[in-house]
Amino acid sequence: MTTPLTPPPRKNPEKRTVSPTLPPAMRSRAAMGMTAAASEGRFALQACAECGAPQYPARDACVGCLSPDLRWQDVSPNGKLLAETTVRTSTNLYFRERAPWRTGTVRLDVGPVIICHIHGDVAPHARVRLLNRLDRSGQGVLIAMPEHPTPDMQDDPEMRVLTSDPKLRRVLIADGRNPNAPAIAAALGRAGATTIFVGEAERWRPNPVQAALLDLPGVSILPLDVTDTASVQELAGEIGGKVDILINNARFIRPGGVLSRGDTAFAAQEMEVNALGLMRLAQAFGPGMCARTADGVNSAVAFVNVLSAHALVSLPDYGSFAASQAAALSLSQCLRSEFRASGLRVMNLFVGPTDDDWHQPLPPPKVTPKAIAADLVRGLQDGLEDVFCGDVAKELVERFRAGPKVLEREMTMGGGS
Amino acid sequence: MARAMPRRARRGVDEITRCRWMWTGPVKRSRQSYDGVALVAPASVPYRRYSIESAHWWIAQALRTSLQSAGLQKADLDGLCLASFTLFPDTAVGLTQHLGLSPRWLDHIPMGGAAGIVAMRRAARAVQAGDADIVACVAGDTNHIDSFRQLLSSFSRFAMDAAYPYGYGGPNANFALLTDRYMHEYGATREDFGRIAVSQRANALKNPRAIMKKPLSMQQYLDARPIADPIALFDCVMPCAGAEAFLVMTVEEAERRALPYATLAGAIERHNAHADDPVQLRGGWTIDAGELYEMAGCTPQDIDLLQTYDDYPVISLMQIEDLGFCAKGEGPQFLRSRDLTISGDFPHNTSGGQLSGGQAGAAGGFIGLVEAIRQVTGRAEGTQVAGARTAMVSGFGMINYDRGLCTGAAILKGAGP
Repeated sequence: MTTPLTPPPRKNPEKRTVSPTLPPAMRSRAAMGMTAAASEGRFALQACAECGAPQYPARDACVGCLSPDLRWQDVSPNGKLLAETTVRTSTNLYFRERAPWRTGTVRLDVGPVIICHIHGDVAPHARVRLLNRLDRSGQGVLIAMPEHPTPDMQDDPEMRVLTSDPKLRRVLIADGRNPNAPAIAAALGRAGATTIFVGEAERWRPNPVQAALLDLPGVSILPLDVTDTASVQELAGEIGGKVDILINNARFIRPGGVLSRGDTAFAAQEMEVNALGLMRLAQAFGPGMCARTADGVNSAVAFVNVLSAHALVSLPDYGSFAASQAAALSLSQCLRSEFRASGLRVMNLFVGPTDDDWHQPLPPPKVTPKAIAADLVRGLQDGLEDVFCGDVAKELVERFRAGPKVLEREMTMGGGS
Repeated sequence: MARAMPRRARRGVDEITRCRWMWTGPVKRSRQSYDGVALVAPASVPYRRYSIESAHWWIAQALRTSLQSAGLQKADLDGLCLASFTLFPDTAVGLTQHLGLSPRWLDHIPMGGAAGIVAMRRAARAVQAGDADIVACVAGDTNHIDSFRQLLSSFSRFAMDAAYPYGYGGPNANFALLTDRYMHEYGATREDFGRIAVSQRANALKNPRAIMKKPLSMQQYLDARPIADPIALFDCVMPCAGAEAFLVMTVEEAERRALPYATLAGAIERHNAHADDPVQLRGGWTIDAGELYEMAGCTPQDIDLLQTYDDYPVISLMQIEDLGFCAKGEGPQFLRSRDLTISGDFPHNTSGGQLSGGQAGAAGGFIGLVEAIRQVTGRAEGTQVAGARTAMVSGFGMINYDRGLCTGAAILKGAGP
């Protein structure tokens, strides 16, 4: 049985903070297909398009027939634990500091033999279910889980480092005026977050969701304006050392593309909030979070952006807004590189049109705050990098992957999607 | 298209393909003997735990010692076969210029623990065919502080992609998994593996070159610090710097120079055998051992001493089984009934092997072979087995992902002490 996590004791400033070392990050290009699947929480292996043989480890030619046509496919993650060991010493600094570490050999029902992490609740020689997760180096790794859920299974130490679970962590929600803020705060609270800081710009202005936020346990509202560098820096100075998960839900949106607007005023504001706001938050909070990624139960784990799925492809009716989302997406990719050495994860939640005033001209389905909150918490619990929230976002990414140029033409032919 | 076929139909096609392959495959021919080949001038450069010297230095010293003992100049050499992990960025090619050699036959064997057997096979055929007259087979590696860790990190693509990210136990973890499975499958105990380690230590105390100088009791073996369960400290070899060498020439040449020599009665190698076994409990020897004994015209009962590749006791046990000294799974019982020391009824790894002699990289693939040449030529001094005229040497190398891929074995004969 997993020992449930307990709230960490007050931090002793005389004690060393564990360095943010990383597990081995080097992979072949082929193996990174598993990383891509892990970023969405899928369990996939290469399979040969000619003879069907599943492959592991990732190859560049089929082990059965030498065909070069190997494709990543979601396959059954079930198998049996054949052998195991507990590594008590390692030449790698990450594992050395985290030993003992349980690893084992699993034979999948679909054939391949896999060396993987083993969850503490797996019995010797038991049937297991593999999960594909990102480790702190940002690469996909496999962990063998008990066939059936066990109590507190997310708290297992080998599991905990593969997730961004909010349990016993402290969160900052950047925009307390966003209609989704109360739902996100409530879902994080239910998931075990201990403290929920919520930023609020222009505090003199009435905030229609403020009361709902203050009704929630653990919530405190603090001044934060992502368009104001001084405001962001001030808050980081105050609570930066206590933010384990940062949720950037700030958004400025107005309808209109390029010609349908007479000037660039709204465009500037969209960039100011949606792209440069992200940058200001990262610049002020990022370094502190990076230093605390190995800091025990409430270590810093994730920087979350709530983006529009139209970061992937323009939606001409909201073309200027979509451009700011594309800029934010590009910045988030850059951040992944800059956070890499620390293991701090950047998670992007891509949402379809949300159910709010500015999206009234669009037809359903639309994403509710509750759906955003649920997918966001699930993404953190599964340690994901990319979460597609709502039917429009899911469909859009599927079309994007099938052919970005075709999708572009579809979106810009008139009539949108 | 095969892809669209139902499963059963596809299997049918495979069977047809396989039958056709058998029909048109190569005609099985009998192996040619290694008659007329002499193995002479075994040389070992005393190992050191850490060395500031390079692999080039160690290899040169082994080559020099071997040549001196044969009364040869380096200009007399016309063949060189090399094995080393730490020679980077050089290979055997760079070494010819570095050491002032001009061979007309050159080979570099990247097969770790099987390098000795394979180098000897290659060199023997070159000498038989007249491609070279005198071939030096040399293996050597250095060990700087931290160089073992760096060597591990670049060992193989599959290890990088699919083994190191899981606890980074290096070979310790891999062999722990094999040992765990072996114990589960065949009811072996830690004490059974201890018999191998403890008797090798007794042998090592008679070898002044061995790096381990203190006796080892069964209780000390059992009480040792755990490394990767069920593997503990005395199941692991100590990485060190060292080099081994011997010369291959014709019997006429050896006799003309009055050099004591061993002959090669038979030799086999096999790579990536039994790929479908989920956990490695046997090696390629099982496929070829019958032919090895046939070539040598003897049976396991005729073997006076056995040198196995002993990076971990479970691997020695696997070789004892796969080379026909007892049936698969009966190894533990066999060990309980035999005495593996120099004066015992089953002399095994008489120099102390790697477990007590140290593992000097690729030289570990030579240590048993060089000792066997000494034994059957009566030059083993303190470790000499009485009446040693027929020796078996076995090699095992290269953990690529979850198992060792290279296996080899040879039977050497000589006039004895």
